[in-house]
Amino acid sequence: MPSASRLSRFNVASLTLGLAFLYLPILILVIYSFNASRLVTVWGGWSLRWYHEFFNDGAMIDAAWMSLRVGATSATVATLLGTLAAVALSRGQGFRGRMLFSGMLYAPLVMPEVITGLSLLLLFVALDAERGFWTVTIAHTTLTMCFVAVVVQSRLVSLDRSLEEAAMDLGCDPFRAFVMVTLPLIAPAVVAGWMLAFTLSLDDLVIASFTTGPGSATLPIRIYSEVRLGVKPEINAICTLVIGLIAVVIVIASLASKLSSDRGESAAPL
Amino acid sequence: MSARRIFSRPARFAAIAPYVWMVLFFLVPFAFVAKISLSQTAIAQPPYTPVFSLADGLSSLSDAFAALSLDNFRLLLSDDLYLSSYLRSVVVAVTSTAILLLIGYPIAYGMARLPRRWQGIAMMLVIVPFWTSFLIRIYAWVNILQHDGLLNQILLALHLVSTPVVWLSTDSAMYVGIVYSYLPFMILPLFATLTKLEPALEEAAADLGASPREIFWLVTFPLSLPGVGAGALLCFIPIVGEFVIPDLLAGSKSLMIGQTLWLEFFTNKDWPVASSIAVVLLGVLLLPLLLYDRLQRRQLEAQR
Repeated sequence: MPSASRLSRFNVASLTLGLAFLYLPILILVIYSFNASRLVTVWGGWSLRWYHEFFNDGAMIDAAWMSLRVGATSATVATLLGTLAAVALSRGQGFRGRMLFSGMLYAPLVMPEVITGLSLLLLFVALDAERGFWTVTIAHTTLTMCFVAVVVQSRLVSLDRSLEEAAMDLGCDPFRAFVMVTLPLIAPAVVAGWMLAFTLSLDDLVIASFTTGPGSATLPIRIYSEVRLGVKPEINAICTLVIGLIAVVIVIASLASKLSSDRGESAAPL
Repeated sequence: MSARRIFSRPARFAAIAPYVWMVLFFLVPFAFVAKISLSQTAIAQPPYTPVFSLADGLSSLSDAFAALSLDNFRLLLSDDLYLSSYLRSVVVAVTSTAILLLIGYPIAYGMARLPRRWQGIAMMLVIVPFWTSFLIRIYAWVNILQHDGLLNQILLALHLVSTPVVWLSTDSAMYVGIVYSYLPFMILPLFATLTKLEPALEEAAADLGASPREIFWLVTFPLSLPGVGAGALLCFIPIVGEFVIPDLLAGSKSLMIGQTLWLEFFTNKDWPVASSIAVVLLGVLLLPLLLYDRLQRRQLEAQR
């Protein structure tokens, strides 16, 4: 029924302009990272000079390493907790405090980051916790597990439940049915959830600024303090590297969700 | 269905770990914000005088309540700086949400009218920038909007302006940044409702003699209102508390509330005032947050 003729010229124009608006700035940033000139706005030919500069910048490398460690750790914990939460919400009918649970799970998606960051910092200070890697990791886990839960839950909701029921009719206990049947089916969404959590952690400036301690800046914190001083070509290079890393992550995540749609199930909305 | 019920019990146990985590690291911290917002500012480490501590036991609790002070909240009311920050935040959020709706709707509408196999690709293309770092996307605009940046070079080359225009540190730059960053949040819920619309409804309206304009305003748009609501809330709430975008793109003449909180916390080291700003901000956002929660719930029920 739907055919190309439904597209009016206005539809095509708004789509093209919209996508150009979304992609052009990033493209320009990437191109200028290969600029040989120190002046960001003058084109001095292609060069890898700013990438050299980044790899010789010890503080930046430390920050990048810190971000990668925080991202990997928090994404893993968040995926574990977020998947459990999604299972509880989509399979556990009405338990005590379900309303509060789902409310708490969805609130961080829209909660302004300054509030989340400040409240977590005050908690860490009250607990007298040493601020650094672990406090940032806990903060990022709290933020990202909500995103994981949403992704996994939408997959669980669309799943055919008769498969689980069949497994249990054939003598599986619920735990075995979950591990043998449900988990393989939601695996692509779980992978996608991990990827999303990882990139969100890699991206966060505000919450990390509140919860980190002296001497353990993450990459966004370093980038932010440089950007406040003005545009620097080295930052373009770092940003391009981050975009490259995220592009790899996206390809893996979309392959994972394609895998799931090839199995005849509707893919997670990612 | 008995199997369903058997599965349900262990599924509830799955809630325990994330439940405990969220209570500990999401709910409890708000209690600390509330407590410290009622404390006195002090030049110390940490920079506040605690009003009460549980270690003193319950007997001290009554003294503690007597010592609670609303001074910080009084300060928020008395100083124009705070009131104008709240006001500016709400104005900026309302304006940006309106612009986002104006730009996002035609894009989502165009996506919904694509042939089905193109829709997935279009959705992917809208989501990808959301995965790319927020900070990097704002920085990309600093590149373009700066004094000798690309935009001014193009305008000069086309002889549209004779001298470079000041873009950076203006409200227009901030709006560009906000719209750019939040566009996917607006498009996706709109697209989700628009694709679910029955094409037969529009066709029926056309058969009955409605013009394309009438079809849109009398059929399509009213039916897409849940998506409009979801998209608007998904943008409005975080924009009110936005910090990075106004800080990097707007001027420092007037601040949004997220910036004021940041300033009180990091520069003035006034934790009690920063906390009370957060408490009031949460109060301002309570209604939209509850609305958003209801919409979420209804959407999940509909998916079942």
